[in-house]
Amino acid sequence: MNWNSLNDFLAMGGYALYVWGSFGVTALTMLIEPLLIRKRRNDILRTLRREHAAEECSA
Amino acid sequence: MKNSQMNWYKYASPQNFYPLAGRLWPWFAAAGAAFALAGLWIGFFVAPTDAQQGEGYRIIFVHVPASWMSMFIYVVMAFWAGLGLAFNTRLSGMMASALAPTGALFTFIALWTGALWGKPMWGAWWVWDARLTSELILLFLYLGFLALQAAIDDPRRADRAGAVLALVGVVNVPIIYFSVKWWNTLHQGASVSLTKAPAMAHTMLWGMLLMALAFWMYSIATALARVRCIILEREGHNEWAKHELE
Repeated sequence: MNWNSLNDFLAMGGYALYVWGSFGVTALTMLIEPLLIRKRRNDILRTLRREHAAEECSA
Repeated sequence: MKNSQMNWYKYASPQNFYPLAGRLWPWFAAAGAAFALAGLWIGFFVAPTDAQQGEGYRIIFVHVPASWMSMFIYVVMAFWAGLGLAFNTRLSGMMASALAPTGALFTFIALWTGALWGKPMWGAWWVWDARLTSELILLFLYLGFLALQAAIDDPRRADRAGAVLALVGVVNVPIIYFSVKWWNTLHQGASVSLTKAPAMAHTMLWGMLLMALAFWMYSIATALARVRCIILEREGHNEWAKHELE
């Protein structure tokens, strides 16, 4: 085990800004991308449903 | 043999690939999360402190896998684009478009974590050496591909224009990879080589490989989920897609 305490872990031997800045932004962007894909899916499904409903009405 | 070939052709059609991608992507996402947990555990709790760089070296566990993916995804994207250009298959262009945003993301992560690593170790966020500059060009190639496709309304024409850009840009990938050999760069040489014994502790190597596997699985999952959106956007008016709306 490399760390004696939680503070020790968070301090990263003085490199906290650089290490957590790297892992934090990586994790954040890799969470945002799937959310954007989900939004894209919901958007296209909503559009298609609306068009489908409009076709049903006019038919 | 013949049967298995038939199956491949079957899944070359967007209509058949759509449900397959839908069944597959959650498995890749789950595998990615599992590999990431294992990789992070080894990266933070098992891999020892580096003799020269202290704890700062731990950036390697995202920086190197992200850099690998940024180059690898570009090659795969160019492969699909070229396939679409040569055989005029619809799904190929969609796969290329589905990969580009994830590739751009990993290129951004490689540059971002590189800057955060360069500052404490070199004393600079950025230097114009061959490795960093060619990786920045890779980001511009991804962004150019996305912008070009977004600017053309007809998706088939957008695919063809994007494919030409992707294929021309692929020359940049070996330049990135070999830049540390061909030029004197501030950036260090390759961390992992197929021909030499690894120069780092085994636990460090394992952490890095697990993170690379995690990023692989993540990339496959996002590309499959995104290609489903693209299929719906382009072919959602077809009869088969109506079942998806229920």
